Parts: sequence; structure tokens; C-alpha cells
Amino acid sequence: MVYAELGFGSLIITFLVSLYAAGAAIYGVRRNAHAWVDSARNAMLLTFPLLSLSALTIIYLLVTNHYEVEYVTEVTSRSMPMYLKVTALWGGQAGSLVFWSWLMSAFATAVTLRKWDRDREFLPWVVVVSSITLAFFLGLVIFLENPFVRIWQTGTGQIITAMFQPAGSRIFVPADGSGLNPLLRHPGMIIHPPMLYLGFVSFVIPYSFAMAALITGRTDDRWIRITRRWTLVAWLFLSLGLILGGRWAYDVLGWGGYWGWDPVEIAAFMPWLAGTAFLHSVMIQEKRGMLKHWNMILIILTYDLVIFGTFLTRSGVLSSVHAFAQSAIGPAFFAFIGLTFITSLTLLLQRWNELKSEAQMTSLLSREALFLLNNLLFIGILVVCFWGVLFPLISELATGQKVTVGPPFYERATGPLFAGLLLLMGVAPLSAWRHSTAKTLGRAMWKPFIASLVVVAAVLIGGIRHPAALLGFWLAAFVAFVTLYEFWRGALARHRRLQESLPAALWNLAARNRRRYGGYVIHLGVVLMAIGVIGIEIFQTETQGTIPQGGQMALGNYSISYDSLANFDTPDGRNVARAVLSVYKNDQYIGELHPRRDYYYESQQPMTIPGVRSTWEEDFYVLLVDWEPISSQGATFKIYHNPLVNWLWLGGFVFILGTMVAAWPEREAEAETERARVRRARYAAAEA
Amino acid sequence: MMIGVEDRSQRRSVWLVVAVLGAMVWAALFTGMASAQEAEPVTDDEVNAIAKQLYCPVCENVPLDVCPTQACAQWRALIREKLAAGWSETRIKDYFVEQYGDRVLAAPPARGLNWLVYLIPPLAFIAGAFILYRAFRAWKQPLPDSEPQRVPSGAAADEYVARLEEELRRR
Repeated sequence: MVYAELGFGSLIITFLVSLYAAGAAIYGVRRNAHAWVDSARNAMLLTFPLLSLSALTIIYLLVTNHYEVEYVTEVTSRSMPMYLKVTALWGGQAGSLVFWSWLMSAFATAVTLRKWDRDREFLPWVVVVSSITLAFFLGLVIFLENPFVRIWQTGTGQIITAMFQPAGSRIFVPADGSGLNPLLRHPGMIIHPPMLYLGFVSFVIPYSFAMAALITGRTDDRWIRITRRWTLVAWLFLSLGLILGGRWAYDVLGWGGYWGWDPVEIAAFMPWLAGTAFLHSVMIQEKRGMLKHWNMILIILTYDLVIFGTFLTRSGVLSSVHAFAQSAIGPAFFAFIGLTFITSLTLLLQRWNELKSEAQMTSLLSREALFLLNNLLFIGILVVCFWGVLFPLISELATGQKVTVGPPFYERATGPLFAGLLLLMGVAPLSAWRHSTAKTLGRAMWKPFIASLVVVAAVLIGGIRHPAALLGFWLAAFVAFVTLYEFWRGALARHRRLQESLPAALWNLAARNRRRYGGYVIHLGVVLMAIGVIGIEIFQTETQGTIPQGGQMALGNYSISYDSLANFDTPDGRNVARAVLSVYKNDQYIGELHPRRDYYYESQQPMTIPGVRSTWEEDFYVLLVDWEPISSQGATFKIYHNPLVNWLWLGGFVFILGTMVAAWPEREAEAETERARVRRARYAAAEA
Repeated sequence: MMIGVEDRSQRRSVWLVVAVLGAMVWAALFTGMASAQEAEPVTDDEVNAIAKQLYCPVCENVPLDVCPTQACAQWRALIREKLAAGWSETRIKDYFVEQYGDRVLAAPPARGLNWLVYLIPPLAFIAGAFILYRAFRAWKQPLPDSEPQRVPSGAAADEYVARLEEELRRR
């Protein structure tokens, strides 16, 4: 049984190596000794193989049923298939933290391997920031959440857990583990955490460069240019993680929705909000040399929200003050967040005067002004989310009474802000940098505006009178037409000037500025998602009832008849109750649905799997709520009618596609803006 | 005469029978209606309409109408009982708040410290908007050396092409 020692030993070595990397880098800079900086760099590179050894050891223990290891007992069982045992690495808290660190070291290694010739001064500080972050997580794993702790039986027969053999005890191997939480045994849940974690860890990279820029005083926007793609990649993974999480909730949680404003969801959403604001506002710095302070604040915020999110998604101890105070990792996380936040802000304040704006805001309708409004709205949503998550704790501390801050609060508070974002999404692409007037904007806007009014008229004729829905559809149509119009005008201009065919013109246009046109594709994705959200949020209907076998139940123009129910055990330790329903639409038979309830014996948890009939128009979504176990005579079903919900998933797909277009590596060498070139030359001259 | 007397008493008894029968029918109708009223079941949808707005203290963040646990099923049964007893929605919700505290509600009731939950986000937003407004005002003072570039006037399409080309060039 050397595996646990091997994995744990390698964790300790990685911890020491990352501390060494930070120390050596700082020492190297102070003494101006390149050898020390190179040594720090090599140490950083060493963390990945070392952590791979640890992570692979955990995976080995998981798949070979080493139940004497407490973590293995907690998250696996003999009946689980191999792939689930592997993914159990991130099925519990201790394993997740190792997994997080493993990904972190992979990204840190990748960034360390880049060419540093133009910006050597950043290297030591990027190493320092990323290795300290890594060391923090490894410290948590080693001292507080060790996945290699084993189970022992003492001489007196007591069962205890410890990393190393306590005197007079023998190893104790339970016959079987308690198995992975059934909710996590879903393809969506297998991919969702890694995506989210990839998003989380890759935001550490832009933050490291930002700190490096502050520490070295190299306050041109080189750090932004280097980390542009890292930021987009981080954002891509985070968005993908959020979308997959929504899909998983829709498929598995059995409440007919995709987003419940749960603190765990919000924890992943907050870094995304700050990151999205950052993605937009760095463009102002690149183009106009403005908002340098603000961009620093945004990336610092994103980084600390990433740490906060990691803490919240896994431990969930924010649910009560009591649980928080009792958990060991809660205070550790908060200390780290507080420390990094204060240090970062101090660094920023020291460089405050060097980060002066290079240009003036010349028009309230210019692109940069509208981007600032966009930032205000994103941060507004962030404040609502943060406050909603925090308030129950404040209330409990102040009055001793817990309160629930649930969906009605978030929906009311963020609804108008989301609508404002959509409106900006329609106006901003038409405004010009520096100077835009109501007249030029109006001239650019009137065609898409008229087209969007036509859509609203069509929706009105279609019989929809709900004001929020009408507003939503108008905004969606407006943004869609503006965005498509942008593609059209650009392609037409190329077509006329360069005699390219229209498809070729469109392709070359997008290829020429992937970030801009990828961004527009993302906007189109958001429009599609908005249509889905309007459909399900405003027009969802539901009913529930108990019907005997052969009985019928109706919702709108749909009806179901309850044909039969089978109750059986499966080899993987489930008891399945599966109903067979015939579905009719306008009294026409359209097919069968099989909603079911799986009961997992090991973890004693039920799971409700809906039967769904999915079309572009709507989802007909049936849940098996209850049934008579003996006679199997009657059963209770809950039916949801979710109009347009598939547009949400399609929008998610388009969204990710757009992000990939924007993040795709450019074939030609990095192009710089004129401003950046001048700034860099000036900086190089000052250095010399 | 005897016949007449008998006749009268017979007629009386007929009336009596009619009256009794009538009363029975009436009573039957009445009790029938009453029992029909009693037996009219509370539908699941009526229960869920209220359960949707409540959260049990054990299952964090799962609304009562979709929570699969036994405890939540009992709460729903309780709602059904109260509805059957003729309680209004507000009375049922108040009952749960009284029993288990404010946390059963989906959003905190706006009183006391809870006002903060509703006040802070709009105040923060207004403060942000104000800061932004001040920043705009400060920024709008044009610098002498940063004359806004004049795009040569011409057809709207040309202006757009020029702007597009410029933006793509500058990346």
C-alpha cells in the first residue's frame, strides 16, 4: 500500500516546489540574478509532472477499489462503471481541489513555456503569482482536505481515519464504497465541472500578467495584448461550463428549469460577469488607452471571484454561518481572498498615477461610452448576485434569523439590467469610436429598427400581449437585425471594392478580424438564448395530477394517457420505476414518453428523470412524481409545457462557436494597434 | 260522513307523506350538495401554486413544489389539508412563516434589516451611474491636441466603408 504515500508525498513535494518557485523568482529579481529566475521557471515546469503523478495516483486508487482510502469510499462503489470511477476525481471536495491544482499547474506550465523575449521582466512575477495561487490550493489539500487519508482499525476495534498508520492499528478496508452522488452520474455533470474549472484556472493567467505589469511598472497595455487569448479561452470554458450546467439541471434535477439562482450557480456566474465586463472594457484600453485603472480592478475582481467561486461550488458551506465557522477551509479561503485583494489593490494604488488615461471621452454616444455603460450593467448584475448570496449570512449574524433570497429577488433585480444589456448590444456595434452623434447613430440604426418593429407587429398578430415578452422579442429582433446588418454591410463593402463574391467577402471579413466578428456571432447566440429564456420564463405552464392506469391528463393542446408502469432493479444498484405514457397533441397520437424515478440503494437518493418530447416550438416535459407501489394502479405526473426552450440550447451552441472564432489563433504574427506600437517603442527607448 | 272524515284524514296523511318526502328530498339535495362540496378535492395544481412560493428549511434552495424529499411531501400534504379547510393562500403562507420563520419565503419580507436586501443593489447602481456621469463630465473636456478626426463627408455608405477599413486596419 504505497500508493497513498506516493500520491501524498508528491503533493508535498509540489507544494514545496511551488513555494520555492515563488521565493527563487523574487530573489532573482531583487539580486538581478537570471540563474535564479530560470530556476524558478524550471520549478514551475516541474509542478505539472509532479501533480500529474498525484492525480493519476488518485485515479488509480479510485478505479482499483482501494476502499481503505476514505475519499475512494466516499465517492465510488463496486457497481460503478469505470468511466464514472475516473471522473469521481472531481466528485468530492478533496479530489476537486487536487484536480483544480492539476489544471492550474498545466496552465502555469503552458504560459511559462511561451516565448518571453519581448517581455522578460514579466516572467518572474507571473511565476510568483501563479505559484502562490497553486501553493495555496496545495496547502488546502495537504493540511485540510487530504484525499489520501486512510481508514484504520485500532487495537480496541475503533475505526479512525488518518494519513499515516496510528500506533497499534491495522488498515481497515470497507467491503464497498458509498458511491458517487447519483446527481453527478450524468454526462453533463461529468464534463461540466472540468469546463468550469478550466475557466476558473485560466483566468489566473491574465491576473498574473496584470500583477506583473503593476509590480514591474510596465504599464503600457502589453499585458492585455499577451493575455487577450488567455482571457478569451478562460471565458470560453467558463461559458461552456455554465451552459452545460444549465442543460444538466434541465435534464436531471426535475424541476422543469435550467437555472434556479442557487448560490452554487451564482458562484460560477459571478466571475463570468466580471470577466465579460473585462473582455469589453480592455478593448477601450487597446483602442484608446483609457480605463487602465478600471481594467486592473476588473481583473483583480475576476481573480478573487474565481477563488470565491471554487470555494462556494465545492464546499457549499456558505449556507450557514455555523457550517462556515465549523469548516476548516472556509476561513482559509477568506483569508486568501482578503490577502490577495488587498495586496492587488495596494499595488494598483502605487501605480495609480502611471495609469493615466491617454485620451478623452469625446461623445456620450461613442463606442467607448457605450462600453462603459455595458460595464455598469454587468457590474450591477454582479452586485445583485453578490449581495443575494451574502445577505442570508448577514441576516443570520445580525438577527440570528436565516432568510432565503430566492429567484423572485434575482429575477426582479436583474431583469431590467439584462434588458438594458440587450439594448446596448443593439446600439453599440453601430456607434463609432471617439465620435458618434444621435444623427449618425440614427442613420445607421433606422433600417434594423424598422425591421425589428415588423417582428413585434408579427408577434402581436400572433396573439402575444404580455408586455415583458413583447419588449423581450423586440430587443432580440433589434439586436439580431443590427448584427446581421453589420455582417451584410461589411461583406457588401468588400464585395463592391474587391470584387469578391458575397460568401467569400463574408468569410474574409470575419477572418480579417476574428475578435470583432466572433463577438458578433456571440451576440447572435445571446439573442437566440434570450428567445429561449423569454419562452420558458414567461410562457411556461404546468399541471400535476394523479391518474389511474388508462386514465388521461391534459395540458393545453397536449394530453397523456398512462399505459403502464414497471418497477425493477438494475445491476448497477438502482431501483427504477418507469412509466409508459402515450402522448397526444390535438388528440393525435404523437408518441411515447418514459418518465422515471431512479432510486440509488447505496446513497439512498432518488433521482427524477423526465420524459421529454422536444421540438423547436416547445418541450413537452413529464415527470413521474409518485405512484402506488403495490397495485401500480394510479400514478402522479407533473407536466411542463416549455415553449421555445430549445432556442436556449441552440443559442448556447452559437455562443460557444462565436467564442471559438474570436479565440482562434491568427495565422499572421500578432498585429499591434498603432497606439500600442508607439507606446511600446517609447517604453523600449525609456528602458535603454 | 265517515268516509268524508276518513277521506280528510287520508288526505292529511297524504300531505304529511308529501311533506316528509319533500323534506327528505330537500334534505337529501341539501346534504348531497353539502357533501359534494366537502368531497371536491383540492387539486395538485392548487397545492403547487402555494408550494412554489415556499422553501423548507432542510432542502436549501429547492422550492417546495418540486422537492422530492419525504419532509417536503408532508408539507405539501399540510397545504392540501389547510386548503381543504378553506384557508386562503395568505393565511397558509403566514402559518408556515409563524411555524418556521421568514426563511420559508422565497424572498425576505421587506421589513427591518431585510430592507437592506432590496435597497443596496439599486443604491449601488445609482452610485455607479453617478460616478460614471461625473467621469464622463470630466473626460468630455477636450484636450487641445486630440482633435477628433473628421471623416470626409460623403455618401453614408462611403463613410461606413472608411470607418470599417480604419477599424480593421487598426485592430
